Amino acid sequence: MELLCPAGNLPALKTAIDNGADAVYIGLKDDTNARHFAGLNFNDGKLAKGADYVHQRGKKLHVAINTFAHADGEARWKKAVDNAVAIGTDALIIADLGVLDYAATKYPDIERHVSVQASTTNLEAIKFFKNNFDVQRVVLPRVLSVQQVRQLAKTSPVPLEVFAFGSLCIMAEGRCYLSSYMTGESPNTVGACSPAKYVRWQETEQGLESRLNNVLIDRYQADENAGYPTLCKGRFDVDGDVYHALEEPTSLNTLELIPELMAMGIVSVKIEGRQRSPAYVEQVAKTWRMALDRCKQNPDNFSVDGAWMQTLANLSEGSQTTLGAYHRKWQ
Amino acid sequence: MKFSLGPSLFFWPKTDVEQFYQQAKQSSADVIYLGETVCSKRRELKAKDWLALGRELAHDTNKQIVISTMTLLESPAEIVTLKKLCDNGDLLVEANDLSAVQIMHDLNMPFVAGPAINCYNLSTLKVLLKQGMMRWLMPVELSGDWLKAILTQASDENIREKFECEVFSWGYLPLAYSARCFTARSEDRPKDDCQYCCINYPQGRKMNSREGEQVFVLNGIQTMSAYQYNLINEVTQLSEMGVDIVRISSDSEQAFTQLEKFKQQLLTPSTHLLDPLNECNGFWHKIAGMSVA
Repeated sequence: MELLCPAGNLPALKTAIDNGADAVYIGLKDDTNARHFAGLNFNDGKLAKGADYVHQRGKKLHVAINTFAHADGEARWKKAVDNAVAIGTDALIIADLGVLDYAATKYPDIERHVSVQASTTNLEAIKFFKNNFDVQRVVLPRVLSVQQVRQLAKTSPVPLEVFAFGSLCIMAEGRCYLSSYMTGESPNTVGACSPAKYVRWQETEQGLESRLNNVLIDRYQADENAGYPTLCKGRFDVDGDVYHALEEPTSLNTLELIPELMAMGIVSVKIEGRQRSPAYVEQVAKTWRMALDRCKQNPDNFSVDGAWMQTLANLSEGSQTTLGAYHRKWQ
Repeated sequence: MKFSLGPSLFFWPKTDVEQFYQQAKQSSADVIYLGETVCSKRRELKAKDWLALGRELAHDTNKQIVISTMTLLESPAEIVTLKKLCDNGDLLVEANDLSAVQIMHDLNMPFVAGPAINCYNLSTLKVLLKQGMMRWLMPVELSGDWLKAILTQASDENIREKFECEVFSWGYLPLAYSARCFTARSEDRPKDDCQYCCINYPQGRKMNSREGEQVFVLNGIQTMSAYQYNLINEVTQLSEMGVDIVRISSDSEQAFTQLEKFKQQLLTPSTHLLDPLNECNGFWHKIAGMSVA
């Protein structure tokens, strides 16, 4: 089972490889990828350097081209595919059917992975991608329970990758327009959810307020930790009850599922966080490398080390982690 | 330009559903969509009931009847039901997930690509046409200009005649789907013990900001806009762009009134003032979806 780590820049990429990643995934410096943030991602020169660093160490590089091509800008997404192939990417992570079609036709020998943004949650949808674009891997959205993942792994004609750790997107990825409803910009169209330019913090008499495009997302008392106002993780009012109506600020952590995921034949576990620092990548890669190696040596007696959990919790939103949808009770 | 009633996205008691479609029968809609698109646990009407209702409507009217299918399918049992709906023999099917596209292609049957299929550009549209798509609804977050660009490109490539274009034009917008049931959560219950509580909220449950601003509607595993999308002022534009069908999303309060308003607007256009505390049209104008242009 491959450990696939995120890298938002060259230092993070090197850190990931140096700390045990089998592969890293990156994005280009434009809106063709779902972490299109200022100061993040790879221009052509950095892309080539990154590829060299990864390949010289016998590891793999995946390039995410996983937003949806604009009606008047399809050429940009095709060029992104061309550029990634030119620097020798090992795999393309794609969500858009048109872009997949282009990649499959023009570069049939370069691996195509169905991005989580394509929201592929069942066998027939996997068949669709296999039949039409001969994809080599499907990344599952964070909406399936462990039982459902197991069932799918048994029957899928395509190897599966799952999310293992990081920020928890609670909606079926690629099918969430909450961000554009509030700001006009969404992961699908601009490659960012709850974009930073719409965020405003304000100290008020009632507490510290976070807003997204002027909508109040949360309000914190002095003893509360304030988090980034991702719109689905704020406190809202439903008929007089004020609570985290959609989700709390928390991160996904599936360390305890490692033996099960291995037994199912999941080919890769993905760490979220291309927007995070090299320090984050270092801690997460190191911890997950240890856990995977320990499990491989002795899968029957695998147990999660308390220190690993502590390390990962410290890197998590609101310092708490969850099994998310993998655990039925969360749903 | 024709007018359709989209599938009801809410969970209603069986008698209410039947009553709604009796009214739909008498309405001036040209196309009626029906079926469960949100949650497979909503079984007031089972697959065979939806098909029977669809056939009754097809028999009693000369409207086009379309069976709408689920958006987020996670279990083999859901796929079995989906196949039953797709392979129904006579009624057209709206695919809301690529699984349905795959099944319709296997059956060699034409289908409608619903708004939850991510078709953002002409290349994708061509992929879907090859699968058998005969009608296309763009994702609700896209703008009029975006649609115009694709339709123009389709004309330039001489494929515009190969599909009809329908636009979601009125109603609460379906915005997101999750494994989690937010209505059950709002009653402090896990999904596995939801007690089908969506049925108590025929128009969903409003989720407001702590300042009282309406933000979203919780509708089971679906999150919707709290404001009703309203493209009534764009009806003429839709017609001029070559949109074939205007969709009014079925709800329990206003769908039929809005249907008539929209039809009237096409005949005698006038400017309607939208209420920014209850209505929105931002997506069409490429600004925040919840705002009014």
